Amino acid sequence: MPHDGHDHHEDEGSELSPIALRVRALESLLVEKGYVDPAALDVLIETYETKVGPRNGVRVVAKAWSDPDFADWLKRDATAAIASLGFQGRQGEHMVALFNSAAVHNMVVCTLCSCYPWPVLGLPPVWYKSMPYRSRAVIEPREVLREFGIEIAASKEVRVWDSTAEVRYLVIPERPEGSEGFSEEQLAELVTRDSMIGTGLARRPQ
Amino acid sequence: MNGPHDMGGFTGFGPVNPEADEPLWHADWEPRAFALVLAMGMTGRWNIDEARHARERLPAMQYWRSSYYEMRHYALLLQLIETGLISALEEEQGHMSRAPLPVKRVAKAEMIPAILSAGGPANRARNLPQGFRPGDRVRARNITPEGHTRLPRYARGKVGEIVLVHGIHVFPDSNAMGQGENPQWLYTVRFTAEELWGRNTRDSVCIDLWEPYLEAC
Repeated sequence: MPHDGHDHHEDEGSELSPIALRVRALESLLVEKGYVDPAALDVLIETYETKVGPRNGVRVVAKAWSDPDFADWLKRDATAAIASLGFQGRQGEHMVALFNSAAVHNMVVCTLCSCYPWPVLGLPPVWYKSMPYRSRAVIEPREVLREFGIEIAASKEVRVWDSTAEVRYLVIPERPEGSEGFSEEQLAELVTRDSMIGTGLARRPQ
Repeated sequence: MNGPHDMGGFTGFGPVNPEADEPLWHADWEPRAFALVLAMGMTGRWNIDEARHARERLPAMQYWRSSYYEMRHYALLLQLIETGLISALEEEQGHMSRAPLPVKRVAKAEMIPAILSAGGPANRARNLPQGFRPGDRVRARNITPEGHTRLPRYARGKVGEIVLVHGIHVFPDSNAMGQGENPQWLYTVRFTAEELWGRNTRDSVCIDLWEPYLEAC
């Protein structure tokens, strides 16, 4: 950060970037005006750091792979099926589960902003919100998938879901070969975050 | 509006560059900026569609050059100043110089879990005839609204097929513009890559579109 040398009484704030200073100043202003409770900010941050993340979605997928009744429920009413595991609410009010198959590989994007199923995947990674992904996922999905290291057979349809409304999509990846007889806990080890966005595949058992 | 946010179909932004083992935050200010956006949304001073529209109204170069949380911060400032909750001078100085305005709710720490768990469902009960059924072929209207819309430019004028019916949902084009929720039937429409891009592949794009965006074809 540029430093003019005149501010001899600065605190650690002088080490902060301009945006960091502005965010800090805005927080103190909004607290001073009584619009926000600083303790509520801490709870919000802690929630998405420790309680809500892709491990929730991993449980949904592992259960879908091991329990056909649950998989059926996910297909019929994903919001209710996912809520039965305790995952619901903000940015997951209207859930749809997209089952990958031998014929279709599903992949999710939000070209207009950054819509993402928070209760099951947490906050989106930087690349999901980035201009390259948002712009290219719909027009050249196979090239984008190659940048994630996956190649989809030409015989398969790549179906991209652009989340333009309040519906949120969770991809259920194909259960990998070699996982026959695995417990739900063992299956969970094979599920990655990217496989639930559709920019990855489930891991193959070692 | 044809704002900088409507990105589908551009190809000039380079590779995606996913980061291995990406941390949740990339700077200490990001979680604070994130939480401020959420907490101010909880005051009820604006709805989610107005918040999205604020981001779209940022100057295009600022939108494209900013990191995600910077962009969210600038859009929050725009809303705070437009609604009079703060003044530009207060933002610059970081101190209150005029009395706060009343807000519907200040979310206290103990209220947060219930607020997040409840979320903000967009479906509404309304007696409205359903215009389309799964399998119907529809054309996305070729329109250029001046205000907020969730009809991406790349779909306008294109023909697709209704694949899902989601019920009646708040219509963002109204709700973002202070014109009420005006709930409408919401569908997922599947468009082939050939229709959208002239590319002869098996691929397709499914887009959530409200009935006013669509016409029978």
